[in-house]
Amino acid sequence: MSLNTDFRDADRVRALLAAMTPVAGRVAARLGRPLQIMEVCGGHTHAIFRFGLHQLIPDTIEFIHGPGCPVCVLPVAAVDQAVALARQPNVILASFGDPLRVPGSRGSLLQAKAEGAGVRVLYSPYDALTLAKAHPRKQVVFFAIGFDTTMPGTAHSILAADRAGIGNLRFLCHHIRLIPTLTALLEADEVKLDGFVGPGHVSMVIGSRVYAPIARQYHKPLVIAGFEPVDFLQALYQLVLQLDQGRCDIENAYARVVADTGNPAALQAMEQAFESGVDGHWRGLGRVPGSGVRIRAPYRHLDATGLLAVAGPGKAADDPAWCHGVLTGRIKPDQCPLFRRRCTPEHPVGALMVSSEGACAAYYQYRPEQDHPEEARRD
Amino acid sequence: MCLGIPARIVSIVDADAGLALAETAGVRRQINIALLAADGRAPSALVGKWVLLHVGFAMALIDQQEADRTLALLSQIEQREWDES
Ligand code: SF4
Repeated sequence: MSLNTDFRDADRVRALLAAMTPVAGRVAARLGRPLQIMEVCGGHTHAIFRFGLHQLIPDTIEFIHGPGCPVCVLPVAAVDQAVALARQPNVILASFGDPLRVPGSRGSLLQAKAEGAGVRVLYSPYDALTLAKAHPRKQVVFFAIGFDTTMPGTAHSILAADRAGIGNLRFLCHHIRLIPTLTALLEADEVKLDGFVGPGHVSMVIGSRVYAPIARQYHKPLVIAGFEPVDFLQALYQLVLQLDQGRCDIENAYARVVADTGNPAALQAMEQAFESGVDGHWRGLGRVPGSGVRIRAPYRHLDATGLLAVAGPGKAADDPAWCHGVLTGRIKPDQCPLFRRRCTPEHPVGALMVSSEGACAAYYQYRPEQDHPEEARRD
Repeated sequence: MCLGIPARIVSIVDADAGLALAETAGVRRQINIALLAADGRAPSALVGKWVLLHVGFAMALIDQQEADRTLALLSQIEQREWDES
């Protein structure tokens, strides 16, 4: 597709950087410190490093890697629930690849699989319907996680399974909603930041309008960005311009995909299948009021929590305190003493190391060796 | 796992179930278009269109006009940079 090359074009990247640098310099001089920008979405963290943008962006701009990776904030208790279900006889536990690697208190789902539990990787929640039909004598459980981008897919699959009357499929849903997570972060006042690069794919579902309170109540500008280098830099440039002009608006630099109103069909499926406003307990973030969801009563026969012997309240995160520091932008991943030493993508201690969209995994994979002099010496 | 990828719809497999065949980077796979098609659009009208695919679901149409508008905006910046340098 030509769009991909258009939005990776080196000349456009150079022009944006050249336009952005003096403006960012001016704002930083006025503030007496670098601009603190949070990229909410793990996909952006990944893009920054993958395309080497961190080496190109002026050092008057500093990134705070936000909590927008659902794998990273998946609580230990949720993984433990999934592992407990996978270990039951006659159960096939299915999920996306990344959640299988998240460490729980008694290992990950992949470890359970190695020990004989029925665990399957699926590309789509909709594939769980096919899996359940193919194994009529088994109970299939789909472990569903993700922000508002992934929720409509789960919602549609729940509704479709109900319509088809599939009796041996359940969903263990640990979805998380973005807006309550963002507002909780702003309410807690733990992070000091000047503005947000808004998530492109969450926004294609929820739309750009819903961010209005971020600008109105919390006085932070937010610009929605896509995931190609030009997309990201364009959004960053618009953000820097806003800060220079003392404006604080919600802007959309990814209009080819994101509409003001989002995707109405997706929102409707979510509304039908899920009840929102449930308190969530997320790894590294603790209790986030109103950020969780629950399967609505008419579809409760498809809710896997009924299969759990002890549902119990979600246990608070008990991973290293450093992860909380990274998620709230108080330290950078390489400032964590476990980084690259005890905590690596092969043996993640914290969930930020599990998914390639996690801040720690992105640092691990893409930061050049000279950033880690000790590591270079050890090799 | 959160990333969406652009894909082009090649054909409709089952309009009632909302299933279509799409191509991403030369690979064809079955995708679900129910969340796009519910928009009052006939599924057949989607053939040939680019969509943003996420966990097997087409979640948004990629709007070529909007893409062109963004690129046009960018060329103004490029032009300015050339003029100033
Ligand atoms: S390096 Fe590991 S332990 Fe340290 S903050 Fe990152 S994920 Fe947490």
